Amino acid sequence: MRRAMVEVTLIGVAGGALGCWVVLYRLSYAAESLAHSIFPGLVIAVLAGVPLLVGAIPGIIVAALAIAAASRIPDVTREVAIGVVVTTLFGLGVLLALSPESPPGLGEILFGDVLGPTDADLAAAGVLVAAVTAGLIALHGRLLTGGFDPGAARALGASPGTTEAALLVLLALAIVVAVQGLGNLLVVAVFVGPAAAARGLTERIAPMIALAIALAVLAGFAGLYLSYYAGTAGGASVALAIVAIYLLSLPLGRLVGAGREKRVEAEATIG
Amino acid sequence: MRSEPLIVASGLAVGYDGEAAISGVDFSLAPGERMALLGPNGGGKTTLLQALLGELRPLAGELRVGARCATVPQTERSRLDYPVSALDVAAMGALSRLPWWRRPGRREREAAMEALRKVGLGDLAGETFGKLSGGRRQRVLIARSLVQDAEILLLDEPFSGLDRPSSEALEELIDTLAGEGRAVMIATHDLEQARRWDSVLCLNRGQVAVGPPEQVLDLAVLEATYGGAIVQLPGSSARAILPPHHH
Repeated sequence: MRRAMVEVTLIGVAGGALGCWVVLYRLSYAAESLAHSIFPGLVIAVLAGVPLLVGAIPGIIVAALAIAAASRIPDVTREVAIGVVVTTLFGLGVLLALSPESPPGLGEILFGDVLGPTDADLAAAGVLVAAVTAGLIALHGRLLTGGFDPGAARALGASPGTTEAALLVLLALAIVVAVQGLGNLLVVAVFVGPAAAARGLTERIAPMIALAIALAVLAGFAGLYLSYYAGTAGGASVALAIVAIYLLSLPLGRLVGAGREKRVEAEATIG
Repeated sequence: MRSEPLIVASGLAVGYDGEAAISGVDFSLAPGERMALLGPNGGGKTTLLQALLGELRPLAGELRVGARCATVPQTERSRLDYPVSALDVAAMGALSRLPWWRRPGRREREAAMEALRKVGLGDLAGETFGKLSGGRRQRVLIARSLVQDAEILLLDEPFSGLDRPSSEALEELIDTLAGEGRAVMIATHDLEQARRWDSVLCLNRGQVAVGPPEQVLDLAVLEATYGGAIVQLPGSSARAILPPHHH
């Protein structure tokens, strides 16, 4: 259980922080696609009996290159390119996974196994989360500028193409970490839910990131307890806790927004 | 004006995918000069601004930009739902001077604060950018260009959608900045405004005319610039440009 708590904390930190940029850059679809497209890599890792990370990292590189290549075909938009590449890779993964030789463990890849990480898994995840956090801190100013005003970003010294590419690389690293706990199908929840909830409750980027991390970790713990006491699947419990937190944040966000408007009006009357 | 021009264009052609959107552009812009950029939508105003920023390369002719150029885009093109304050936005101007791994720190935020005070928004520094009025957002973006330390300011239709007091405040600010020696180029549709500035550059897929407004802005030039969009105002001798459609 202690290992599982470390695992969901690591996933919460990476997913919550990075999720803010996923939401602000409107990359939810890209996040989901990247997650699904590493499926064959994960299946191969299971078949070969090596740690999931060993399959996930080449898997995500192949997916990114394939999407970039498909987008270059004339008349193919990026959305179409992503759709084609992702379904191809996911299909390939399913083909491999359902072959007669496939060992058990497919469920863990698809739906996650928060309760099963080894110490080595956790150490690797810790290193990746540290790298993602360092990258986000270093790129903060450029990420903020590139998303706010893409047209003027280059003149301001934040090339939008480079910034978005760097963001996608960090996203790929974070997905590799989170997919072990939450599974291939559910991992996108941690990149969208907590950040979307935090967006509705905050007005500035720093508190948004802090709140998104806190909500993601909270959902992780809530999911773990639910899974432990109710005997439900770990990854699915965490994903459902994230959705619950997001739904709760909606009316709360409206209240906070209304309070803020009132304050602004009062200030306007006084001032 | 005695000083060296900050921008010199001669025989300039710029466009997209090797096809010129504007050609035959010849002008120079001196420090302290306020130049109106006139032309219909699709006439090449934005293309020229992109070339001045270095985002488009000349297809023909020469373009020399001798100082730092900053763009003040239409604020609707920024994300109004973005979680940033006026101060955050102004501080973005410092980014190009910082190494890639650094974000604007205390010194840069102080410079941003000073720039906001200069544009008259010192007490709104903490306000969310998207909640400010159009005129104030425009001034925040001008503050950002001051933090960039730009000697050339390129304003893309900064007056569109502003009410009269906001317009007047912005025009005053432009005068102040030009008075300090900055060159300001303003894309606009307002002929009366253009007449108050030092020079006009009329574009309609090519250069129609350039020079002081009193010499340049005659009916022939306006017709060549705007084509059918020019109308006689009823009951007066004045002429006006049909307002362009904004999307």
